[in-house]
Amino acid sequence: MDLSYTQDEIAFREEVRGFLDEKLPEELSAKVASGVVLSKADHDRWHAILNEKGWLAPNWPEEFGGCAWNAVQRHIFEEESARANAPRIVPFGLSMLAPVLMKFGSDAQREHYLPRILSGEDWWCQGYSEPGAGSDLASLKTRAVRDGDHYIVNGQKTWTTLGQYANKIFCLVRTDTNVKQQEGISFLLIDMDTPGIEVRPIKLLDGTPEVNEVWFTDVRVPVENLVGEENMGWTYAKYLLTHERTNIAGVGFSQAALASVKRMARQERHNGKPLIENAHFAARLAQVEIDLMAMATTNLRIISKAAAGQAPGVESSMLKVKGTIIRQELNDLARRAAGPYAMPFASETIDGDNDPVGPGYAAPTAAKYFNNRKLSIFGGSNEIQRGIIAKTLLAGGAK
Amino acid sequence: MNFELTEEQQMLQDTMRRFLSERYDTATRNAILDSAQGYSSEIWAQMAELGIVGALFSEDDGGFGGAGFDISTVFEELGRAGVVEPLLDTAILGGGLIARLGNDAQKEMLVEVIAGELQLALAHGEPESRYDLSRVTTRIESQGGKMVLNGRKAVVVNADAASHLVVSARESGEDDDESGISLFLLPADAPGVSMRGYPLFSGGRAAEITLDGVEVDDATRLGAAGEAFDALASQIAAAEVALAAETLGAMETAAALTRDYLMTRKQFGRPIGSFQALQHRMADMMIELEQARSAVILAAGHLEDAAPERDRHISAARNLLGRAGRLVAEDSIQMHGGIAMTQEYELAHIAKRIVMADHRFGDTDTQLERFIALSAA
Repeated sequence: MDLSYTQDEIAFREEVRGFLDEKLPEELSAKVASGVVLSKADHDRWHAILNEKGWLAPNWPEEFGGCAWNAVQRHIFEEESARANAPRIVPFGLSMLAPVLMKFGSDAQREHYLPRILSGEDWWCQGYSEPGAGSDLASLKTRAVRDGDHYIVNGQKTWTTLGQYANKIFCLVRTDTNVKQQEGISFLLIDMDTPGIEVRPIKLLDGTPEVNEVWFTDVRVPVENLVGEENMGWTYAKYLLTHERTNIAGVGFSQAALASVKRMARQERHNGKPLIENAHFAARLAQVEIDLMAMATTNLRIISKAAAGQAPGVESSMLKVKGTIIRQELNDLARRAAGPYAMPFASETIDGDNDPVGPGYAAPTAAKYFNNRKLSIFGGSNEIQRGIIAKTLLAGGAK
Repeated sequence: MNFELTEEQQMLQDTMRRFLSERYDTATRNAILDSAQGYSSEIWAQMAELGIVGALFSEDDGGFGGAGFDISTVFEELGRAGVVEPLLDTAILGGGLIARLGNDAQKEMLVEVIAGELQLALAHGEPESRYDLSRVTTRIESQGGKMVLNGRKAVVVNADAASHLVVSARESGEDDDESGISLFLLPADAPGVSMRGYPLFSGGRAAEITLDGVEVDDATRLGAAGEAFDALASQIAAAEVALAAETLGAMETAAALTRDYLMTRKQFGRPIGSFQALQHRMADMMIELEQARSAVILAAGHLEDAAPERDRHISAARNLLGRAGRLVAEDSIQMHGGIAMTQEYELAHIAKRIVMADHRFGDTDTQLERFIALSAA
């Protein structure tokens, strides 16, 4: 055992830190730190900066323009980015679709789409969930019927994150209704400006414009937009989900959230003393910190074991469950720390200006607490993850 | 022992439940939440007409209730329906302090309060006071031979709808002293009072108030000079019973919605309520809900006790409700999945009411501290 990073890894961390110091615009990190919703222009700006440096696609092989970092390097990059309050890299094109295209797409699809993901020309969104197909994704009903050299798509997708910014959507559609659910699904790439597509925003409980419904009415999709083989979409979808679950532990996000709660608790005063000195609050905070220290190490243990680019199975389910519990606990502590000033609704429409009511750090805490309830719901709910863990542990055992 | 409501309380509960289920549906409430005013004048008038405001005042003050169980009955129903209309601020805090401390002239205002004709707010908390009830730095100062108030009040719920404010200020002593605090009943548009209003995360509105040389005199004073703390603490205690009961009602609705959803939502070809992992969570929720109900009953039943015994039960209730409420809100959302994250679905608002109640009059940990202190005595 040796808990220290290698010289190379330490040097890499320094390099990442130097880059973030120099290139991360202060307007962006300030927005991220204060929980302000980023605009499309904000996302595009950070995307372009990373692309210029060649650091946009840590998980891509070099032949496609990636940086081919190993798992530890990617971890260091994620940790430093979160610490510096860098915008999250929108994952739909870069870390979800791209691996599928690399493995299952045609040469033509790779050559066409991968460079456009890097350049930012295409913004992809994900057409997976449907109103009736959440945890049970394979029950999806959106139909694609072959008509000459097109598919005709009808149906509805939901929870489409940042679909309002996307010009492309990758979709799971049903192409065969006469076979087992999982065997009749195909993976289609669709232009969002095709006639018959309508994007309707969903108003979330914290007021953020984040997710959408996407409706398809007789949408004509060229057959060359099929990825891989017809009716093999479930295999590709599962492959994609293993990539959705990389960085699932969110260690960097939690470390940034912990630091932010500590800053708040030093400033807030409870009965005349800093809140951070209050025994009850300090105990809650310490317990989460202890959990996070251990979880960060679990994450590193799993990372160092996994071959580069390969997402582990049951371990990633464990990291998803513990990682989301910790992040949600930190959001809860931030809300508590804010005290009565968690109550105002922090909307840009307040007074027509952007001045927060009360201390700036308090303003987004309630919204963040509620918004991040999604962490234990999406990407395979924590119940689904526990089911995977239990199934693996007890396989063949309980008779 | 008798855990039944009185006949009058039972009637009030039935009336409220019928009225709110007919008139305060999700669409109506969502429209109210989106409105600039933040509450419905029409609903307010109808609630007053039904006697809901009157039920929060004693007969001496022109009402027909006002005791702990009257308050808990009314607020449990308000909580069940996710009502955002400011009964707590106008009736319990503003009206309650006038009833407790007002002279005859001031008490005349209660007729209008009970009739639903005016709104009130308590301007007590300050930007630095957090949950510390005795911390008042707004000062009464002598300026050109007159008494004036200078200071700032924070997150004053219902301030911009209120025609009058009950304002706390320090007459004497240190910033944290219980003695030396006075209350004043002022028109909300008195010269020197300025407000910045804003919506609240879980519905309704509040304001930051700046008091800049606001003239006061003995006629505007509410109660004796420098001796308002006990009355303030008593009325906050009543407000805490109200808030705990409201949270209980909201928890009942969250649990009912979740139960219905478990039985109707199908995944993997069967209702999700057939999965044991969810069944046990639902069972835990119901266990906590009954704990919460008993805690509210204890708090309401001890509201008229001497302060230490009263506050010990209230802190117990609010600590328990804080813990159980969080569990019910979070597990209800989790078991619903994404649908519960949408503002249009009833649970979103109900969950916000439950969780954000923790930010008024002392959160779960603050209540625990007070309970420990009072139990050690």
